[in-house]
Amino acid sequence: MGNFVDFRNVDLAYDEEGGNAIEDVSMSIGESEFVAIVGPSGCGKSTFMKLVSGLRPPTRGTVEVAGREVGGPLKIVGMAFQNATLLPWRTTLDNVLLPLEIVQPYRANFKHKRGEYAERARALLETVGLQGNEGKFPWQLSGGMQQRASICRALVHEPKLLLLDEPFAALDAFTREELWCVLRDLWTLQKFTVVLVTHDLREAVFLADTVYVMSKRPGKILLRKEISIPRPRDLEVTYNDGFIKTVHELREHIGRIRKS
Amino acid sequence: MARKRTLETWAPWMALGIILVVWEVICRGLGISEFIFPGPWSIVLSLREFAGPIAGHAWQTFWTTMVGFAIGIAVGVGLGFIIGSSRFMYNALYPLMVGFNSIPKAAFVPVLVVWFGIGTVPAILTAFIICFFPITVNVATGLATMEPELEDVLRALGASRMDVLIKVGMPRSLPYFFASLKVSITLAFVGSVVSETVAANEGIGYLMMSAGSQMRMPLVFAGLIVISVMAMVMYEFFAILEKRMTGWATRSMNGP
Repeated sequence: MGNFVDFRNVDLAYDEEGGNAIEDVSMSIGESEFVAIVGPSGCGKSTFMKLVSGLRPPTRGTVEVAGREVGGPLKIVGMAFQNATLLPWRTTLDNVLLPLEIVQPYRANFKHKRGEYAERARALLETVGLQGNEGKFPWQLSGGMQQRASICRALVHEPKLLLLDEPFAALDAFTREELWCVLRDLWTLQKFTVVLVTHDLREAVFLADTVYVMSKRPGKILLRKEISIPRPRDLEVTYNDGFIKTVHELREHIGRIRKS
Repeated sequence: MARKRTLETWAPWMALGIILVVWEVICRGLGISEFIFPGPWSIVLSLREFAGPIAGHAWQTFWTTMVGFAIGIAVGVGLGFIIGSSRFMYNALYPLMVGFNSIPKAAFVPVLVVWFGIGTVPAILTAFIICFFPITVNVATGLATMEPELEDVLRALGASRMDVLIKVGMPRSLPYFFASLKVSITLAFVGSVVSETVAANEGIGYLMMSAGSQMRMPLVFAGLIVISVMAMVMYEFFAILEKRMTGWATRSMNGP
C-alpha cells in the first residue's frame, strides 16, 4: 500500500488575521484506504477537504496526491457534501452525468458517447438502489435518495479519491445506516481511496480503516487509530463489544478536547 | 370542490363587474360631469367611437415599448451577468446601479428629447432605462447566490469559471430572470407612455395628453384602459412563459 495522499507539516490560514484553520498536519493515506476524520465542529475538517482536492493551496508545508504536489484542482477527485446539491432542473440521471460534461477525457467525447455514459450512470444508480428513478427530478426524491444520487455523481467519473464531507449528517438514523452499507459496498467494489469527514463516531468506526481525531481550531491531528475490526463488516458489528469499546475510546478523546 | 374552483376563477371578473357597476352608479347618481370623471359606459362609447385612432396609437406605444423592453433585456442580462459573476464587478458597479435607479426616469425625458428630438426614440429609450434595472438585479442575484459546495464540486473537477456559469449559474438564475420580466414589462409601458405624454406626436401617451387638453375625459380614460390591458396581457404572457420555462423552480416548493 503506497502512500496516495501525503500531508507534510501543513498549515492553512484563510486570511492573515484569522489564524490557522489547521496547523502542522502530517498524515499519509494509502491507496484505497478508507480514512475517517472526526473532531469537534469547527475543527477544520472541511478545510482539510479543500486542501486535498486542490481548491486551496496550503499556507505552509506540502500536500502530495498520487506522488505529485497539489497545485490546482485535481480531476481525480469526487466530492459529496451534507447537502446533496443536486441541480433541480436536471433529472437524476443528468445530475449524475454532470461531472462527465466537465472533466477530461469524458468531456471531449461526451456528445458521441452520451448513450454509453448514460448506461454507466444507470448501472451506478442501480448499485445504490435508485433504479427506476433516473428520470425523476431531485425534488421528487426523498433526502436519502438525493444523497445516494449525490454519491453517484461523485463517483461517475471513476475518481481515485472520494471526499465526503458529513454526507449523512442530515439523514435519519435508519437511512444513514442504510447508506453506510451502500458506501461500504461501493468501496469494496471499486477500491477508491476515501476521506470521510464526520462527527458521527459510529459511522467512522464502522466504515474506516483508519480514524484520525482532530483538535479544536486550529485543527491538529491528535490521534491516529487503526480500526482492526475485520471486513466484511456487517451492521451487526456495531453492537459488538469490540466496536463499542473503540467508539468509547474515541469518544473519550473528543470529550477531553472539548473540555480543554 | 369543483364548484369552489369555478367560483375562484370567476372571482376577479365578478370583482371587476361590481367595481364597474358601483362606478357607473356613482357617476350617474351624483351627476358627475363627463368632463371631470366619466363613467364606464361613456368610456366604452368613446372607445368605440375612436376605435381606429386608438388602435393606431396603441400600436405605436406597443412597438416602442417592445423595442425598449428588448434593449432592456439585452442590457439587463449583460450587466447582470457581469455583476453577478464577479465579486469585484459586483462591488464596483452595484452602488452605481442603485444610484442610477433612484433617479426618477421621467426627469430624464427632457434630456433625451434634447439629444434625440421629439418622437419615437426618446420613448424607446425611456422604456429601456426604466425597465433594465430589475432584470440586472435579478440575474446578478441568481448568479451570485450559487451554493459554494456546488461550485467546489465542479471546480475540483477542473471546471473553469465559464463552465460553472454555464452549467449551473445560468439555469439557476433563469427563474429570477423570468420573474423580473414580469415586473419589467409593466415598467417599460410606464416609460414609453410617460415619454409620449411629454414629447411625441404619436402613441397612447400623446393621445391622452391631447384629449385631456380638449377636455375629452372619456377618451383619456379610454387610453388608460388600453394601456392597462396591453400591460396586463404582456404580464400574463411572461407569467405563462415563466411557468413553462422554469416549472422546476416553483414545483420544487411543494415537492417532498
